[in-house]
Amino acid sequence: MELFVFVCAAAMVLVGAIGVITRNNPVHAALSLVLTLFGIAVLFVANNAHFLAAVQVIVYAGAIVVLFLFVIMLLGVDRAEDLSTEPLTAQRPLALVVGIGVAGVIIAAIVKSQDALLVRGTGINSATLEDADANIRQLSRSIFSDYVFAFEVTSVLLLIAVVGTVVMSRRQRGQHVEESA
Amino acid sequence: MNLAVIEPTTSWYLVLAAVLFGIGTVGVMVRRNPLVMFMCIELMLNAVNLSFVALSASLSDINGQTAVFFVLVVAAAEVVVGLGIIVSIMRRRSDATADDLSVLKG
Repeated sequence: MELFVFVCAAAMVLVGAIGVITRNNPVHAALSLVLTLFGIAVLFVANNAHFLAAVQVIVYAGAIVVLFLFVIMLLGVDRAEDLSTEPLTAQRPLALVVGIGVAGVIIAAIVKSQDALLVRGTGINSATLEDADANIRQLSRSIFSDYVFAFEVTSVLLLIAVVGTVVMSRRQRGQHVEESA
Repeated sequence: MNLAVIEPTTSWYLVLAAVLFGIGTVGVMVRRNPLVMFMCIELMLNAVNLSFVALSASLSDINGQTAVFFVLVVAAAEVVVGLGIIVSIMRRRSDATADDLSVLKG
């Protein structure tokens, strides 16, 4: 059963990822990204990370992809891009070599150390019918005790990001006339 | 061997994450639309998140999931700022690709 879930979710992830880099319409790429993100959420559930799976769907598939689509529509760049011509000579073969190299090095390290990873630990609480919030409790205990300072700092980070974006994309006075013309 | 008894080990998840990271790397290098390059960066972030969660389950350590939580927050902030930059660039020149933005270099 677990094998079936893994194979299905892995297929979703890989098909979506290849879709992102090969579809020439940005809207299709964004929708492929949703497929990948849902596959990742399924794999999170398979690894007992129930809270993160929910957050993945809400934040990534919900908020971030909608933001992408919103910007695509706002800027009107939803035309298909011409992918048949290569802008730089040998860019794609070289990129493919680098990508396979990066993945190959990581996979070699995993294969070399796979004996250490054979045991599946049991220390992560799984959400069950009797104890539905076990995973959330365990995760929040970690965030609000060991990492409470980092948690507070992320609030500052979010505030800076919001203020920075508003300042950056605000129209200057006088620019308005020129743009509406 | 009977298929029903094969259970995916942690290595399977890590290999999948490595492949996903490689696809994201290729995408960043090949695509020229800044929005699609951003999506490829999200792919790479998700690959890292997947390995965090798989190792967290394997090593019985909840701190891996905590790290993923923080990565999610930082990714959200990064997307907001990055898309803001793209919007303000595209407002001036609507057909910009990553190649056209070389005027930014100092």
